[in-house]
Amino acid sequence: MALTGLRIDGRRPGELRKITSTTSVLSQADGSAYLEHGNTKVLAAVYGPREARHRALVVHDRAILNVEFNVAPFSTGERRRRTKNDKRLLEMASFIKQSFEPVVIAALYPRSQIDIYLQIIQQDGGILQACINAATLALIDAGIAMTDYVCACTAGWVEREAVIDLNHIEESSDTSEVTIAMLPKSNKVTLAQMESRLHVDKLEELLSLASEGCKQIHQVLDKTIRDRAEDLAQKMAV
Amino acid sequence: MNISFHSPVPRATNEKSRKKSGKRHGGNEVDMDLDDDHEGVVLKDPTIHVVTPAEVITTDTAFMRGHGTYIEEEKVLSSLAGVVERVNKLISVKPLHSRYTGEIGDVVVGRITEVAQKRWKVDVSARQDAVLMLSSVNLPGGVQRRKQESDELQMRNFFMEGDLVVAEVQAFFGDGAYSLHTRSLKYGKLRNGSFISVSPALVQRCKSHFHSLSCGVDVILGLNGYIWVSAHVPESLDEIDTEQVYSNKNKDDITPSDRESIARVANCIRALAQEFIFINDTIISFAYEASLQHALKDMHKKEIMHEIAVEAVSAVDNMKG
Repeated sequence: MALTGLRIDGRRPGELRKITSTTSVLSQADGSAYLEHGNTKVLAAVYGPREARHRALVVHDRAILNVEFNVAPFSTGERRRRTKNDKRLLEMASFIKQSFEPVVIAALYPRSQIDIYLQIIQQDGGILQACINAATLALIDAGIAMTDYVCACTAGWVEREAVIDLNHIEESSDTSEVTIAMLPKSNKVTLAQMESRLHVDKLEELLSLASEGCKQIHQVLDKTIRDRAEDLAQKMAV
Repeated sequence: MNISFHSPVPRATNEKSRKKSGKRHGGNEVDMDLDDDHEGVVLKDPTIHVVTPAEVITTDTAFMRGHGTYIEEEKVLSSLAGVVERVNKLISVKPLHSRYTGEIGDVVVGRITEVAQKRWKVDVSARQDAVLMLSSVNLPGGVQRRKQESDELQMRNFFMEGDLVVAEVQAFFGDGAYSLHTRSLKYGKLRNGSFISVSPALVQRCKSHFHSLSCGVDVILGLNGYIWVSAHVPESLDEIDTEQVYSNKNKDDITPSDRESIARVANCIRALAQEFIFINDTIISFAYEASLQHALKDMHKKEIMHEIAVEAVSAVDNMKG
């Protein structure tokens, strides 16, 4: 943190990076979204609800959720290929699945399957939050019933100050970072993930900062969805 | 607490007078007026009420919740991004694009995915594969004959995995899967043509979904967004060869010009779908006429697709006057 109180990329502690998003970017998928959180870029595709691929997985009274998470080898500074069964990737996928399970109204789609495919195209910190936000957009774009948006945001403790939406440099300098996924309407938290140590007194502040970030992200996502919906509604009304 | 009533679908005509009459109360209830409930965007048609997930549609408890909504704390909230529709007391939200949700009597085009015990599984782009029972198809050799064990054994001779069929939704199963039937000469295996998949929202229910265009091309508009464009086959009602219904062979005399018009019509439909325009026989014909000034190979270019779609829409508007 410089003397001016600005962070390494010129942001203030409570300032998010620029978020740009579009939906329906893929023609084959039922729903899709492309989202940029600063320099972190994610592509999400949703297929379904559709016939379950494996008989054994079918649940007779609801849809099953399947998340696949993938990182492009060119997305980081050093080029590296990961195998599909990388434990880190599977863990991320299960985090994302967990955060959506309470929100998607799966009981409306018995015996079917909803697939969410996430592809990281470029990473600059906050991969999990970007994935969750992109997946929310893609699910809504696919017309899948959800009780609320799921908005995710990270907050961390960088040089004795709580900051929001960490980039790669801030993340890599041994910071305590927490990612939360929140339902903005009800303020319920569906995911809180932290991998490092943090003093318990400081957690409260991080959580409130992150939830404030979620609220802001919700506005951005809602605008994307609403603009797209109004555009289509207009076209259909002609 | 003051209870307020807002119409979930604002009417275009009395929008202003409604506002003047001061129906809106101060307080924490959600604003239902379109022009000021979200910043910046003003809809041309104020009858369209767009909602996004978790948005309150109405706080009035007199309404019933329909598809695309849920109730929380006695409020009706949307669970989808779409347009609010109201029928008397029933409020539902129609998503702008989603997978196909069928009704009995719908004409659908589907692809056989599986041959199972006495039934075929058919992909109709719905939430589950539809089922075509052996007992709901016409078998060769007499329309009304009993199904025998030998029929069961040679099911793959009738429909094989990957075959395209046109069928009608006959019933629903308990879990929401569709049961189809092909018990009419209109329905059955598809040949001599090309397949296009568009968003199901773009095909509307109308009198007929089988069209013969003036350019010598037949079009089947499946309500599930699957469309079949094929060479014209003259209807011969007098001699019906039931063997022929399940044949896998295209007719012999499809000329190169026939093929070109099939491809052209298919590309026109793609162009319309890309611009999210309702697809029916009229607009396809206009799009076809508009496309004639372009070479077939140019019709995949985005700007030309756009041009064709715009021209077709204006031609339809002209016709309506």
